[in-house]
Amino acid sequence: MLTLVGEDRPGIVARVATALTEAGCNLGEASMIRLGGNFTIMLMVSGGRSGRELEQVLAPVAADLHLRVHVDPASGGLHSHLVPNIQVRVMGADRAGIVAAVTTALAQTGFNILELESDVAGDAERPVYIMNIQGCSDQTLECIREAVAGLRAQGISVDIAPVETLIG
Amino acid sequence: MAIRDILKLPDQRLKQVSSQVERFDAALELAIADLEETRLAGPAAVGIAAPQVGWFERVVIVDVSTKKGVANHGHLILINPEIEHWEGFEMGREGCLSVPDYTGNVIRATRIRLRAQDPGGEPLSFEMEGFEARAVQHEIDHLDGLLFIDRVVSRRTDLFQRKVYAGKGGASGGPART
Repeated sequence: MLTLVGEDRPGIVARVATALTEAGCNLGEASMIRLGGNFTIMLMVSGGRSGRELEQVLAPVAADLHLRVHVDPASGGLHSHLVPNIQVRVMGADRAGIVAAVTTALAQTGFNILELESDVAGDAERPVYIMNIQGCSDQTLECIREAVAGLRAQGISVDIAPVETLIG
Repeated sequence: MAIRDILKLPDQRLKQVSSQVERFDAALELAIADLEETRLAGPAAVGIAAPQVGWFERVVIVDVSTKKGVANHGHLILINPEIEHWEGFEMGREGCLSVPDYTGNVIRATRIRLRAQDPGGEPLSFEMEGFEARAVQHEIDHLDGLLFIDRVVSRRTDLFQRKVYAGKGGASGGPART
């Protein structure tokens, strides 16, 4: 699992992918996104190279583009996807502790988060924290709703909805 | 009856546009029976389109009645289906027998008005919404050589259509602030 973070600019993905390809690596599942002016890459790489070798392969690009590189050995293979069946939408006046409160309530039901993205909307005087979570649960909607019901009193709106994946 | 092989990505035949059904005969009935048997043999699919089994005529089967609490018209065999009217749009997650082990979010019309023929060639018309309307749109796409992966959007992509200003760079524009 390769992690790269650096100030966003055009061409990061192209340079990183080219360096890895030229070193004989295969690129797998990836999440790449701009977060607060940084470009972040989390990328599964295979190809029989050690973590140190990968760091060496990427060193010139990383130096050039001021990227921080981190490599973790990971055994995850392809085709181990889980399909989310629950969507959680969260909104509240921005303050410390929203993520902790919501995810703790969810975790207590055994909820498995597959994906979480969040952003701060609104203006500087009244920022609003918005978070979308997709995940898996074998609990009923009612059970999960009950688990997060107490958050409403804290001014956090939490909407729990089923994700019905259509296969056709 | 027989279970047919499902064409899977990157089979280029999935990109083919299927032709209108002209003959409503016993051969059509048999092919439909195979198509249904193939749908039921795989992972819980609520629909299947003829081109997914290498049969390039405009035939789809949709049945969302097995899903709890979903408005539906039961088991539908739609020949030469045509969507006459679209309304609303919403995002939903889709997968496909022809694209194993991948799901993604797709924007579809919430309500549609549909015309088709039954296996005897008699006209059908439906107004449908939600999950059933989504399934029909997914299947009709197959008849036009489109897969849901041709329509997948990022979850961060907003649902609102934006004006595109030619020649300004970044055709998708910035977030609307109105």
